[in-house]
Amino acid sequence: MSSIDAAASPSGASRATGSVYERWQLGHKLSGIGIHVVLLAYTTLAMFPILITAINSFKKQGDIFGQPYTIPTGSMFTMIGYQTVFKRADVLSYFSNSLIITLGSIGLSLLLGSMAAFALSEYKFRGNTLLGLYMALGIMIPIRLGTVSIVRLSSTLGLTGTLQGLILIYVAQNLPLAIFILTQFFSEVPIDLKDAARIDGASEYWVYRLVIPLVRQALFSVTVFIMIPVWNDLWFPLIISSDSTRTITLGVAKFAGEFQTDYSAQLAALTLAMLPVLVIYAIFSRQLIKGLMTGAVKA
Amino acid sequence: MQRIARKAFPTHIFVFLLPAIIIYTLFMIYPLFDSLRLSFYDQSVINQPATGNLLNIQAPNFLALVATRTSQPIFVGLDNFHTLLGDPNWAGQFKNALGNNFVFFSIHMLVQNPLALFLATLLTAKFLRGRAIYRTLIFAPTTLSVVIIGFIWKLLLNQNWGIVDGFLKGIGLGALIQPWLGSDITALPVVSLISVWQWVALPMVLFMAALVSIPEELLEAARVDGASAWRIFTEIKFPLVLPTVGIVGVLTFVGNFNAFDLIYTMQGLLATPNYHTDILGTFFFRTFYGFQLKSGNPTMGTTIAAMMFLIILTGVLIYMFGWQRRIARIQG
Repeated sequence: MSSIDAAASPSGASRATGSVYERWQLGHKLSGIGIHVVLLAYTTLAMFPILITAINSFKKQGDIFGQPYTIPTGSMFTMIGYQTVFKRADVLSYFSNSLIITLGSIGLSLLLGSMAAFALSEYKFRGNTLLGLYMALGIMIPIRLGTVSIVRLSSTLGLTGTLQGLILIYVAQNLPLAIFILTQFFSEVPIDLKDAARIDGASEYWVYRLVIPLVRQALFSVTVFIMIPVWNDLWFPLIISSDSTRTITLGVAKFAGEFQTDYSAQLAALTLAMLPVLVIYAIFSRQLIKGLMTGAVKA
Repeated sequence: MQRIARKAFPTHIFVFLLPAIIIYTLFMIYPLFDSLRLSFYDQSVINQPATGNLLNIQAPNFLALVATRTSQPIFVGLDNFHTLLGDPNWAGQFKNALGNNFVFFSIHMLVQNPLALFLATLLTAKFLRGRAIYRTLIFAPTTLSVVIIGFIWKLLLNQNWGIVDGFLKGIGLGALIQPWLGSDITALPVVSLISVWQWVALPMVLFMAALVSIPEELLEAARVDGASAWRIFTEIKFPLVLPTVGIVGVLTFVGNFNAFDLIYTMQGLLATPNYHTDILGTFFFRTFYGFQLKSGNPTMGTTIAAMMFLIILTGVLIYMFGWQRRIARIQG
């Protein structure tokens, strides 16, 4: 707090009008408390639905209705909801499908996106700017609007109901943003470094390999941007996945729809689906939010 | 550098670019244009009920249906658009979905974005303790799937469980209790506010980025001159975050006119009660996919998608040529 005081009384003037300064200081403290009250209230509102779902997923139906706010301990604690979920839904297969789709989409988007971004930022060829604009089209136009044709296309290519089909759709959807972000970072890599490698006889592919580690921060940002929307998507799994390629998001939607009256099972399914995302988020929240903030400033 | 790169035929440029261009063109650009093209074609409707029903969908049958139908498309010009905008069966649904979508968007603009700016202003207050904790917790719902959020709120609003109702009774507002998701009047605003609750942290973070980039000396000078927090906000901070207001506005617009998941999860494909929560995304899905005994109509689906495309494009163009230019002029 001493730094506030120093900032607020830059000269002797405030000393002379001590009462004004003291009142200001009091007002400042009060507004400080006010800020915490408001933020605490909103944080509670943001977290309450998540917490009450998680807490009640470990209770029996009766306790969920009778004592929804109690933490389940002792005899109240039960895993019955989770047992129902694992018995009646192929949760592990949903999770592994979601994992394969998400990792596949991230990997391919990073590889193809970084290659294209490298070329766009490195070589001045005819049509460079035009190509950059072409790739940027997809940032603003939602891929959903082409769904009818995507369905036709994936049935023609035999991709319907496969994990590869979903991965290719997500890669196409995420390439524009990946290329947009990575191009900016590649153009910041010093030219000397690349030219030194070229003089030593390195091929262009080798130069690309050489600069990849220098943009790893951007690769990480892109990963975070792709990960959450792909994992959470409902639309494309709903339309083109089959029973065996169902994702966790679709699986939960279907399960919760079928078990509407079984609160234990429904809450357990929702908690299970939230868990991996919240764990990943807890680990990477700082990078995610920093990435969003720097992305916003750059754009 | 360029001389080195141009020595031979630049095969490597193609190697670097082609994979991305092919996948992007094939799975994004081609479907968007093919879908637009299809909106000028018609397919005779086969009277075969769609197998999908609410949350119990069997995709392969639907796909077979699309495949058999697309064999002989007939060019019909703007007929589908005339049907969508003129045929009483279609026009009523379209206007309803469009109107609801504007309500959905307006609630986001009037509640979500001001709330986001308010929270961002508080979170960027000088010497705030616990800033990172607040920010992280407030952002948490944004990372979760809309499906999960939809089901959680559906349960909380359910009168059998009575979590929300119990809370209202607790603070003496028991008289307000409604069948929140079942009433014609409350369903759409309540679902919109749940979407606001989930997404508010995204504009909040964008506003925070803009607010922290304001030079501290500027704010300090105003404080020394005795400007109140409100005056500092309206006369210094707000004008400087105006570019972000525009970005947030256009992102909200595109997101809202492309929304689907929340209505589908909470209100089903029939957008209960009686289509009062139907928006363009659910109307689009219901049309091309079919529901209950009504079979899907892919070409009318593409017609709705084309209208959505026009609406979204209009929003983006207004932002780019109306808003951004004006901002550029103001800021010199």
